[in-house]
Amino acid sequence: MPELAIDLTRYADEDALVKALLAGDKHACACLVKINSSQMYALALRMMGDAAEAEDVVQEAFISACSKAASFERRSKLSTWLYRITTNAALMRLRKRRDDTVSLDEPQVSEEGDSFPRQLGDWSVDPSREALSAELRAVLEGAIETLPPTLRSAFVLRDIQGLSTLEAADALEITESALKVRLHRARLLLREKLAGYLTDHPTERMA
Amino acid sequence: MSSSQHGHCRDLLQDLNDYIDGELDETLCSELERHMRECENCRVVVDTLRKTVLLYNHLPAQPAPDALEARLFKCLDLEAFLAAPAAGGATSL
Repeated sequence: MPELAIDLTRYADEDALVKALLAGDKHACACLVKINSSQMYALALRMMGDAAEAEDVVQEAFISACSKAASFERRSKLSTWLYRITTNAALMRLRKRRDDTVSLDEPQVSEEGDSFPRQLGDWSVDPSREALSAELRAVLEGAIETLPPTLRSAFVLRDIQGLSTLEAADALEITESALKVRLHRARLLLREKLAGYLTDHPTERMA
Repeated sequence: MSSSQHGHCRDLLQDLNDYIDGELDETLCSELERHMRECENCRVVVDTLRKTVLLYNHLPAQPAPDALEARLFKCLDLEAFLAAPAAGGATSL
């Protein structure tokens, strides 16, 4: 592909970029992609657990963003607005996937219900000191996929993409307290999932 | 968690998130820390919950495929615009 002419310095600030987007400026749309597509792909991949579907989600999100720039209300960062659009695109696909595949015999993890800790063994893993092995990375990624989508989105935005509580709540269009409830349940469910792996094999799971 | 402490552990459980995020108010923080000194199970839950969050904080992002940006430019009908010298005299990246 030939090198494309994109000048990321053309817009003095986010406000100028938004004004250009609203005016239908194609160059502004290209800048939006250049600056944000990696982060939106990372979110979509964690939400979908599948690279091809993640790319489709990102494509839908950017088409929506570039055609509906007027829906950006400027009370949040542009990236938070994009996170919202991408999360919604992912949740729609996950809903469709569930409608297509769910069986009445299949137990579903509830978004409500009891998340009281059951697994109470210590873990010897020290995440701040050691690199994650490929095996442990796969366990972490697999555990995310077991979360109900609304809990997954709260967890991915806050604890993986690194948004603040306020930004993550804004991206999901919920209150900060509702975000905290979802995050709390997500973290407890993941802790329970990981315990089965990290408690039983305490020493051999790090790279 | 032991049955005698079960109720108290359950009460404190809802505050664990704020505690590991450093957002719990001082009084509740002291109460939780006092409880953890006496309750091994709650100490383990706090420690493993904190490790859960840290593990995911350290989970490396999968890089976006090289072709993704080009795919986006194409679907947004930007390819021809960006390839043309008239894209505004912009600096090529």
